[in-house]
Amino acid sequence: MNALDVDGLTIGLPSGADRTEAVRRVSFSVARSEILCLVGESGSGKSVIAQGIMGLLPKTLPLNGGSIRLNGEELVGMSEAGYRLRRARRMSMVFQEPMTALNPVMTCGEQIDEVLRFHSDLSLNQRKTRTLDIVREVALPEPERIVASYPHQLSGGQRQRIMIAMALVLEPALLIADEPTTALDVTTQAQILKLILELQKRHGTGVLFITHDFGVVAEIAHRVAVLRVGELVELGARDEVLKAPRHEYTKMLIASVPTLKPHGRAVPPGAPVVLETRGLAKTYAAHRWFGPSRKVRAAEDVNLELRRGQTLGIVGESGSGKSTVARCIVRLIDPSAGEIRIDGADIAGLGAAALRPLRRKVQIVFQDPFRSLNPRRTVGEAIIEGPLNYGLARAEALERARRLLELVRMEPSALARFPHQFSGGQRQRICIARALAMEPELLIADEAVSALDVSVQAQVLLLLEEIRTRLNLAMLFITHDLRVAAQVCDQVAVMSGGRVVEYGPAEEVFLRPRHEYTRALFDAAPGRGFAFGST
Amino acid sequence: MLDRVFRNLSVRIGASVIALMVLVAIAAPWLGTVDPSLFDAGSRDLLPGKVGEITTLEGETLKHTFLMGSDSFGRDIYSRVIYGTRVSLAVGIATALLALAAGIVCGLGAGYLRWLDGILMRFMDGVMAIPAILIAIALVALWRGSIVTVVVAIAIPEIPRVTRLVRSLVLTIREEPYVEAAIALGTPTRKILFGHILPNCVAPLLVQGTFTCAFAILVEAILSFLGVGLPPDIPTWGNIMAEGRAQFVSYPHNVFFPGIFLAVTVLAVNILGDGLRDTLDPKMAKRV
Repeated sequence: MNALDVDGLTIGLPSGADRTEAVRRVSFSVARSEILCLVGESGSGKSVIAQGIMGLLPKTLPLNGGSIRLNGEELVGMSEAGYRLRRARRMSMVFQEPMTALNPVMTCGEQIDEVLRFHSDLSLNQRKTRTLDIVREVALPEPERIVASYPHQLSGGQRQRIMIAMALVLEPALLIADEPTTALDVTTQAQILKLILELQKRHGTGVLFITHDFGVVAEIAHRVAVLRVGELVELGARDEVLKAPRHEYTKMLIASVPTLKPHGRAVPPGAPVVLETRGLAKTYAAHRWFGPSRKVRAAEDVNLELRRGQTLGIVGESGSGKSTVARCIVRLIDPSAGEIRIDGADIAGLGAAALRPLRRKVQIVFQDPFRSLNPRRTVGEAIIEGPLNYGLARAEALERARRLLELVRMEPSALARFPHQFSGGQRQRICIARALAMEPELLIADEAVSALDVSVQAQVLLLLEEIRTRLNLAMLFITHDLRVAAQVCDQVAVMSGGRVVEYGPAEEVFLRPRHEYTRALFDAAPGRGFAFGST
Repeated sequence: MLDRVFRNLSVRIGASVIALMVLVAIAAPWLGTVDPSLFDAGSRDLLPGKVGEITTLEGETLKHTFLMGSDSFGRDIYSRVIYGTRVSLAVGIATALLALAAGIVCGLGAGYLRWLDGILMRFMDGVMAIPAILIAIALVALWRGSIVTVVVAIAIPEIPRVTRLVRSLVLTIREEPYVEAAIALGTPTRKILFGHILPNCVAPLLVQGTFTCAFAILVEAILSFLGVGLPPDIPTWGNIMAEGRAQFVSYPHNVFFPGIFLAVTVLAVNILGDGLRDTLDPKMAKRV
């Protein structure tokens, strides 16, 4: 008997949505001790399926047909009380964001205990031992301390372990994991994936693992189901799907995943240096009324050099200081020490007025395409804002905007429309056009493709590459994703704890990493065994 | 956007009642009223619906139906209530606009210019520590009662509220990447404040504006009722009620009719505000 059978599942959407059904006639099953990965881009309906199984669908998304069987027992049409009896005991769920999924005012121990209290008949002492056991099982150090901690006192990875402990404490037959590692750093992600694999094997749990990341699929899946705008397009064993995809869509998705191999493009020697930082540092000091102030070194002694026509990647995990460096270079924040030379001129200590003429030389594209554009301004207004600030006539600026939209492969009619009318990928193109309107010499992409779906990401990466060659720009590319870095960078700087720990040509760093942190980072990159992007 | 706003039932009800009140205020002279300051010693303390006489400034004596009765001077309550609508609406709207304008300037400054924040907000905290009505009474007592002084006196204690709201909005919006992008594009601070940040504060400010308006109408009535608001020759709902208070047991209509108008107007403005909040600012609606 399978842990889960989903047969012909159809879930509706409210009228006025982009399609009539969120999920249409989707069928799959999860056997005991099996991990099925449900892969799809944003909006494909993968989370809706998870909500449907758990009986957590909002009223606006009606379950219109099909059957969901848990251990052979039909769930569709079951009362809320019936669902409540089965949640946690027979099926449970782990969410993407452990900080918001855990209650901030209860200790982790109380939260695990709550599951046991409501869903089992164990006595207080039995519950206590069981809680400590499960915390030990998810490999958390010092279980007694962890049990007494509040969620904010733990790291992201530890919080996710608590979530997994809560989900598995009653040994359910089915675990639904909805992007459980997406919010985590690669090294933490690798540990959590390993943990899920281990626990699932030990307890014989069936796992429905929802993800958008093919690297993760390669690491963890037994079988893979590919979802595209609400329809299941391919279902098969992991190696079949990843190595010999049958459906066009799957082929396209897998081809869009960047390879981990550096591209090995020759860098023109003797090109002028556009950006040079010497001993760049940023220290945050938390001033206190009494006692010494606490200092946080976000970046320390960062020395970088970037020539025209070159792409320099800064790679690192969250909190490594890579964005701090970028924001110092754009002078969104003031560096605490060191030099930032743009075309030889030091801009690190310049005041607002002296800085103004130099601002146009450095432009930045941010991570979140939904927040990077003012929702109340048309695309045209956004693109011409910069040129107008530097005295270009309106008509001329609009003409430039039109040309730039063409360059980023968008219709000139977009000028009169508002940002909310565009998709994430399109908005990122608009942001690139806005940056280019200043005719900068240095373009900084701060995680500019991280929020995009893999197919859109591939297109935007291609576009950035093309623009850099065509306009002969220097590009500073900040990313946490080693695959993306390998695809676009000529030089790579690996940052950890505010310092550059390894810096050199991409080929060198990727193929012969010297620093142990770099090696650990590469080891953690999911799906290294698969040659993506080569098809 | 506007479509969605007007589909909301609360907005429709609130807006129609307010529109009706505005119409009444504008059309006051043609609604069967007489000059609200006219009185006639022969028509004192008439009950609603009674016909009596009233003397115009030229000394002519007219037959007049006292729809809402008359007060102890023989003035027509109906005319006074209708003309009072003008004062109440004008005070409410003017106060809201004044408080918003001053609050927006202070809030933008405090939220965006870090050095100004501490000084300005502590001052605002100080103002907020004094009860609003007390400040208004003190200010009106200090100046002479007129519509302008009353509006200013009611607006001043409201400014810290708006400032706080704007400041909190600015603090979140200033971190938005589109604001950082504008800095990188060399946009001057003034343009960032009024071109990028302020337009994104409009929805919550509109909501706050309606609540300030309702509050101002109430406070004006309270001030007039206490006898520290507008001079008695300007009819307002508050001073009609104040004058009727002494005879409330025998002639309750003196207090009843202006009271109804006041309650309906304040309720309508508040309903409109609730509706606007639901449609423009769904996040805030869930929280409250």
